[in-house]
Amino acid sequence: MSGAAGTAFDAGTRGAAASERADERSAGAAGDPLLDVRDLAVAFETPRGTVRAVDGVSFAIARGATLGLVGESGSGKSVTSLAILRLLDESARILRGEVWLEGRNLLELPESELREVRGGRIAMIFQEPSTSLDPVFTVGSQIVEAIRLHRPVGRRAAWAEAVEALRMVEIPDPERRVRSYPHELSGGMKQRVMIAIALSCRPALLIADEPTTALDVTIQAQVLALLRDLKQRLGMSMMLITHDLGVVANEADEVAILYAGRIVERAPVRELFRAPAHPYTAALLQSLPRLRERRSRLVAIPGVVPDPARLPSGCRFRDRCPIARERCAAEDPVLRPIAADRLVACHFPAVEPAPGAPARLEDAR
Amino acid sequence: MSAATAAARPLAGRPLVEARGLSKRFPVRAGVFGGAREFVHAVTDVSLTVDAGETLGVVGESGSGKSTLGRLLLRLLEPTAGEVVFDGRRLADLPRRDLRRLRREMQIVFQDPYGSLDARMRVGAIVAEGIEIHRLARGAEKRALVARLLEEVGLSPDHARRYPHEFSGGQRQRVGIARALALGPRFLVLDEPVSALDVSIQAQVINLLADLQERRGLAYLFVSHDLRVVAHLSHRIAVMYLGRIVELAERDRLLAAPRHPYTRALLAAVPEPAAEPHPAVAAVAGDPPSPLAPPAGCAFHPRCPFAEARCRTERPELVAGAGGHAVACHVFPADGA
Repeated sequence: MSGAAGTAFDAGTRGAAASERADERSAGAAGDPLLDVRDLAVAFETPRGTVRAVDGVSFAIARGATLGLVGESGSGKSVTSLAILRLLDESARILRGEVWLEGRNLLELPESELREVRGGRIAMIFQEPSTSLDPVFTVGSQIVEAIRLHRPVGRRAAWAEAVEALRMVEIPDPERRVRSYPHELSGGMKQRVMIAIALSCRPALLIADEPTTALDVTIQAQVLALLRDLKQRLGMSMMLITHDLGVVANEADEVAILYAGRIVERAPVRELFRAPAHPYTAALLQSLPRLRERRSRLVAIPGVVPDPARLPSGCRFRDRCPIARERCAAEDPVLRPIAADRLVACHFPAVEPAPGAPARLEDAR
Repeated sequence: MSAATAAARPLAGRPLVEARGLSKRFPVRAGVFGGAREFVHAVTDVSLTVDAGETLGVVGESGSGKSTLGRLLLRLLEPTAGEVVFDGRRLADLPRRDLRRLRREMQIVFQDPYGSLDARMRVGAIVAEGIEIHRLARGAEKRALVARLLEEVGLSPDHARRYPHEFSGGQRQRVGIARALALGPRFLVLDEPVSALDVSIQAQVINLLADLQERRGLAYLFVSHDLRVVAHLSHRIAVMYLGRIVELAERDRLLAAPRHPYTRALLAAVPEPAAEPHPAVAAVAGDPPSPLAPPAGCAFHPRCPFAEARCRTERPELVAGAGGHAVACHVFPADGA
């Protein structure tokens, strides 16, 4: 048993080395990103015609780093994550783009190789752990199944690993809990089990899609602290998809703001919150009630997100934008660099481009 | 309006709404062969007041009883014990006809703007339904009233002819608010009214609720799990845990100087969207216990880092101290209590 626990936990020592590497890379300028998404576009066939849910999205995630992907409903944030693993349903079509992970373009990978990437190199957790767990099997047998799907481990050894996996996600009394059924666990415990399953094959990247949205706030704090700790220990990268700017401010290294299928701003987290460059980002921050700062009145964003089947010409935010001018209707703003590590898709950003900054993202590459 | 400036409440005079020792338990399963029945104690011994023009925020996590409390105040649920007094009249004593008249003065807005509107009815009919039932207006007068209500919540009178599915989430919640306002209430229970809305739409509805309160002098019971939203709109805040109020104070006082360890854990758990990191702190471990079998003594003691021997056996009463700050805790009672 302790031997098996050792194998489960040599990930810990490897993880430490990986996170040192990750620190070097995220601190330094270049270094290959772990995940590199380029110009991804996804369309859905709907009764009202073809709708582009994701329309030219590009971002990269450094090793050991967390990217926060923020957007409201219909912004395309979940579609982006599902497209990365080609998990979209049949009404969806990937129109173009590349998704590079460790030297391979996932969008061109044969299905057999992609299966190893799913759950192996990239794992996912979702908002509702209940829907991902099978109610008729114990949590232990579900973790064992996940381990044996990707690694040649015997049943007994895998069972011992399952106990260690539950210990890793700080479930009390794991020897007993491994025999529990999902309905015997609270929402927070179920999400911990999902994390244990997701990490059982030591993925390089965890995609967490609204992982704490369904949880009570004290439980959310526990799960976020756990994810923070595990990410560090295992040296993995994370793509954190959320609508909650409070969560992003405290968990992400870099943030991408999505609006109507496009990334409108990308920035290191502190800079984004200190000086948002895109009017949409600025407006979102203004519209939030705060706990520790008294606001007499919230600055609301007028109107609603545009219908993806009837997008306005030019900038997609212009109907709701306080500083929109004629150019915004005529010309679609492209995502372009304005400072080191900062990109914005706006003709009139609040942060002025540095002199000599390239006009297009492609030129910066 | 600023939530703080509207804190000017009548000094003397009676509160508009008063709950006295309200309790509600639900039977969950009858024992086989007449064995002991089990009960969920959703709300236990809650007393509070809401003044005209005031927002009392009620925060708590799942199972805290906050939504049940709102329904008890409106008498949408019958209390197991205790009573509700509205404008000096005890609801339990009122004959059916008077109760019906009183219902016009107290309304509710629900979280789900999708589920709470009848999809087959036009918006105009939804808003007018209460007006018809209570025979407040007919014909052109009724239509004019509906048009005024739609305008008041930021919709257009033309919207009366449309169906709920033609509206966005934020617009549907406006329809729900117009329906609640139709009978000219003085008291609204707002049960997670912005929780289903996107961030950019939340602020619109929060501002609307603040405007309506100022214009109409409404009293709100604002029930939410979202502390940021509650903190923004409330004059006073009550914190519930497992069916009981554990702390109640003026908004600024509660946020700046919380006493109860559960309140402190809740506040610490809220991540702030700011440039300076303020990560959520997991100040308490474990899950809330089941309301089927609440722990003896203080219900929070199994998760409380400060619990002492008596916390396990003796239930702390909610005792008010300086500035009306009430706390139910043996270890950190209110100042001056």
